[in-house]
Amino acid sequence: MHIPDGYLGPVTYGTMFAMTIPFWAAASWKLNKTLKTKQAPYLALGAAFSFVIMMFNIPIIGGTSGHATGATLIAILLGPWASIISVSVALIIQALLFGDGGITAIGANCFNMAVIGGLAGYGIYRLIALGSDIKSTRRWVAGAIAAYISLNVSALITAIQFGIQPVLEKTPTGQPLYSPFPLSVAVPAMALEHLFLFGIVEAMVTALVIRYFQKNDPEMLGKSIRSQENTLRKEQRKQHE
Amino acid sequence: MNKINKLWIGIGILILLSPLGVLIPRWFGSQGAWGEWGLNEIEKVAGFVPEGMKRLAESWKAPLADYGLPNQSSGLASESFGYFITAIIGVAFTAGLMYLVAKVLGRRNGEK
Repeated sequence: MHIPDGYLGPVTYGTMFAMTIPFWAAASWKLNKTLKTKQAPYLALGAAFSFVIMMFNIPIIGGTSGHATGATLIAILLGPWASIISVSVALIIQALLFGDGGITAIGANCFNMAVIGGLAGYGIYRLIALGSDIKSTRRWVAGAIAAYISLNVSALITAIQFGIQPVLEKTPTGQPLYSPFPLSVAVPAMALEHLFLFGIVEAMVTALVIRYFQKNDPEMLGKSIRSQENTLRKEQRKQHE
Repeated sequence: MNKINKLWIGIGILILLSPLGVLIPRWFGSQGAWGEWGLNEIEKVAGFVPEGMKRLAESWKAPLADYGLPNQSSGLASESFGYFITAIIGVAFTAGLMYLVAKVLGRRNGEK
């Protein structure tokens, strides 16, 4: 899902930078208010996990390959804003050092994987898991569903960015300048592989790690939702007063 | 053992296993991800190389392109080894940069 340089025209990659920067700013502002320096090692760990899990390419026999991102998992453990920043850091290092994802596409790739994975994944998880016991089945099932759906949303949005290029950017004679695949090719190709394989891998990774924390360190799972519940309660109390 | 060190061992295990990310796709005869073809491959897939793509594709020369070492010889063994080494380098850079950013972002709230 790492869009390389040359697939998106300036209109699209410019727009994607413009869309992603506010999320980076909001995430930084949020973390600036809530993050304690002693939590820095956890964010470093989250970013490292996202980096390394993306190296595990899962093949479709005789076809393409893909991988999990860990974005929803990190959002569940560390909160959506920490997830946006840490997955973005992984993606930026991948682009700069390893040429995985283009420099011009950093905005798009961070939006598609980090912002969507963090926010959509976290939102769905919270919707399903809120109020459930930390060690309950509902928690890891919620994580799996959230990871599955958010990765598929990421893939769909990426496919749309590919697919609109032939319409947006072409030579005077109508030849595509950048990604030459129309929506009718890009969307089914990316949607199917993520619906049937990579989404399931993302769901499994997420569920397995949540199960690990449920057994060994349940407190990690309390953090992000509990703080939300506390703020919710505080707000309600304020309204009563 | 400290909780966070235990989790780093998990990352270490993933790094050790990372060559599987090269080997398994190769065993199943599968290629790279959809939409991530290089200029040579796009010609095969699409039949031509779009002009704008030709211009932008080489915008950046990554020092360890495709998770390989400089002057790496081809072949599964050296590719797996390069992948493993670049996994270590990548994890170190990613964790290091994130740590610095988090320290800066968290400075207001200190050690509370």
